[in-house]
Amino acid sequence: MVKGVKKAAERVYMVLILMLLYIPIAILIVSSFNASEKNKAVWGGFTLRAYKDLIGDETVMGALYNTLLLAGGASLIATVLGTLVCIGMINMRKRSKSLIMGVTQIPLLNSDIVTGIALMLLFTRVADLSFATMLIAHVTFIIPYVVLSVYPKVLQMNLSTYEAALDLGASHFYAMWKVVVPEIMPGILSGFLLAFTMSLDDFSVTYFTKAPGLNTMSTMINAEYRKGIQTEIYALSTIVFVVVLMVLFVINRRSEKANKLSEESEAAL
Amino acid sequence: MQKKIISFKAVSVLTAAVLLFASCGRSAEEKAANQIIVFNYGDYIDRDILGQFEEETGIKVVYEEFLTPEAMYTKYKNGTVKYDLVCCSDYMVDKMIKDKEVKEIDYASMEHIGNIGDTYWKISESFDPGHKYTVPYFWGTVGILYNTTMMDKVPDSWNDLWDKQYKNNIIMQNSVRDSFVPPLVLDGCSINTKDEASLRKALDALEEQKDLVQSYLVDEVRDDMVNEQAAMAVIYSGEASLASEYNEDLEYIVPKEGTNMWMDSWIIPESGRNYNGAVKFLDFLCREDIAQKNFDYVYYSTPNEAVLDGIDEEEKEEDTAIFPEDDVLERCEMFTYLGPETEELYNRLWKELKVY
Amino acid sequence: MKKLGSRLLAGPYVLWMVLFTIIPLCLILYNAFTNIDGGFTLDNVAAITDYVNAKPLFLSLGMSLVVTLACFLLSFPLALVLSKYSKNKNSIIVMVFILPMWMNFMLRTLAWRLILLNNGFLNRGLDILGFDPVYLMNTKAAIILGTAYDYFPFMLLPIYNALVKIDKDVINAAKDLGATSFIILKRVILPLSLPGIVSGITMVFVPSMSEFVIADMLGGGKVYLIGNAIEQAFNSGYADVHLGSGLSLSLMGLIIISMVIYKFFDRGEGGHGLW
Repeated sequence: MVKGVKKAAERVYMVLILMLLYIPIAILIVSSFNASEKNKAVWGGFTLRAYKDLIGDETVMGALYNTLLLAGGASLIATVLGTLVCIGMINMRKRSKSLIMGVTQIPLLNSDIVTGIALMLLFTRVADLSFATMLIAHVTFIIPYVVLSVYPKVLQMNLSTYEAALDLGASHFYAMWKVVVPEIMPGILSGFLLAFTMSLDDFSVTYFTKAPGLNTMSTMINAEYRKGIQTEIYALSTIVFVVVLMVLFVINRRSEKANKLSEESEAAL
Repeated sequence: MQKKIISFKAVSVLTAAVLLFASCGRSAEEKAANQIIVFNYGDYIDRDILGQFEEETGIKVVYEEFLTPEAMYTKYKNGTVKYDLVCCSDYMVDKMIKDKEVKEIDYASMEHIGNIGDTYWKISESFDPGHKYTVPYFWGTVGILYNTTMMDKVPDSWNDLWDKQYKNNIIMQNSVRDSFVPPLVLDGCSINTKDEASLRKALDALEEQKDLVQSYLVDEVRDDMVNEQAAMAVIYSGEASLASEYNEDLEYIVPKEGTNMWMDSWIIPESGRNYNGAVKFLDFLCREDIAQKNFDYVYYSTPNEAVLDGIDEEEKEEDTAIFPEDDVLERCEMFTYLGPETEELYNRLWKELKVY
Repeated sequence: MKKLGSRLLAGPYVLWMVLFTIIPLCLILYNAFTNIDGGFTLDNVAAITDYVNAKPLFLSLGMSLVVTLACFLLSFPLALVLSKYSKNKNSIIVMVFILPMWMNFMLRTLAWRLILLNNGFLNRGLDILGFDPVYLMNTKAAIILGTAYDYFPFMLLPIYNALVKIDKDVINAAKDLGATSFIILKRVILPLSLPGIVSGITMVFVPSMSEFVIADMLGGGKVYLIGNAIEQAFNSGYADVHLGSGLSLSLMGLIIISMVIYKFFDRGEGGHGLW
């Protein structure tokens, strides 16, 4: 009886939080179909006009493209650099290791605004703002997430398999690619995903380092929402939501498969 | 051996990084010949004409927006972007001319510059004497936009912004100089006063008002008024007339005490890399068909007489926001640049208001 | 040289961090301690004691503490429940709760604008239900709501990850030894999930401390935070890079001090990633 009550309370709590989380998103989506020109809280009829406008809107589509390119490129670079340093730290003295980990904490503890301003101060001295500087800025603030995801996996790794591979005649590179990388792959993947998320979501760093005429979704929305009811932005949010939903579904499917596989192999052993 | 490898790798990576930087720099120089970087207020041009310019001249337009003149100036001063053309308001243009940050404009090479009416050149004299540096873009007044259904009376004075009855129903401008216009005018001061006591008094009035104010906004004012978020807002005339197109309950008035009249002009900053492209773009903006198209989109008061001549008298009489009567203009004063000390004082007062 | 992990692999990263983290920070330091003419000054750092800067700093501190606390109080019980239902962070049920993290930050904030506007969704809803309207827009409450909503997943996820790792046997052992649920929570679950709580709190507190866009979008220019003060220093027209740097330095200092105090109480290892 008590257990039943507890379970019900748990369920209610979960549903309540879910509602809090999804009502704002639902409101964005509903607004995108609302034909009302003045107030989106008043229903003015159903329309798909926002979606038609969205496709032809270079400002919005350009921002979408830039965001994806930037997040993809930056998290790729960050993942490579971050993974390499984690492997490189294995044989370091403790002092050097803690020094590197200390530096890694800086962008995390520095608020975005300070990171953005600091990079802006650097760029003003050496270069024009361009896509390249935005890329550098993004790599800089997402790289710690990669290191923090990969490093624990590197510590857990069994070093003797690598040595065995070398004993069996594998080259350093081959052994690294075939033995080490697969073992720390979960860390690399989650580091990449996290870095990608952070880059997608960023406003402050981009705001201070952005090149003229180049917008990411965040800076574009920040400029556009002021100019009037931008139903297109709400339409954009529907699309983002649907894409995210699909990506998560795919990830979920694949990880379920992977889980099953590993369970099966464990059972076989 | 090991050390050598380290230093070799370090050097190669360093070189790569430097090259990366260098390449951004060089490509920017190369691109500069075939592009112009334009810096303008938000939503202040018909974007279609940018494409048309690109098609006609082959010069690419990189277009960037700012929110307030102060934000523009900081970005420009930072030097991270080499803007070729900037559109800004009178007092900021005044400042940049005085700081020798702008290039003279070669009017002789502009075919359509004649379209800008003499009246407006005369207005520009206040910040660009002997007009060498500017091309007028749009002009207007600052006044009150109000919603007739949300108010019991017709506001006619800045005093109405201090009416307790409209608590949480007033929107003010989130821009330093503009926000000080109402209290200064009410106090009978010039809006260009440098007197600290008068400015402090104005600040007191604004602090007293803060409790009544719903929000301090810039570009969002128009939308919030259309959306009936508030009963009254301090607004630029052009924005007001656009707003009343979307919502017929909105009316614009210029308070009886007088107000600020502003003129936004184009300047070619010293840092620009493509002077010829910039002049070509200015000329393009003055061309009748383009000016007409741009006017239809922006719908602010235009100084382009070729466009003005095409508008019939009836329309002019109807829309007093962008075609103000002469007696309104007599009540107006233009901003001038006040010098670094007063600018710093304004900054200080603004911050005090913000944290109040 | 049979060992794995040539130290050289760390080279590119170290170089990157020196170029783009250490050097920029030195630039902030340099700017903070100089004036426009390049001479040494303490004014920019001392500026934080001026009430026009101190007030926003403490307001930010207070508001981000409220946001962090709210996020923690909402997400800890949820993480507990979730960790019972699902052991896999990629499972649908966990994903559903962190999905909003992938909606763009600006979109999430914009949604709250739609809700809270004076005649927005909230007041329309209240009107239909026959209640009086509430005017939350342009208040501190609106900013706290929006910020907490934005950062909620960043608190939930690390706590959930820590909870999932707790060995069931430990809890069962405690039960067998006669511990009540409350004691188990206090003496077993809470200490064991501490690393997750630490990174959750860091992930929420640090960014909300310097927030300025949310304050812009939901505060209507009426609420002025330290982030706004810094942003304005860089946007104020008389190019005050130096004051901005000084304020940034003060903000960094405050964050580091809070983190030190908090690590002192925590004494755990911390530093666990979000995932």
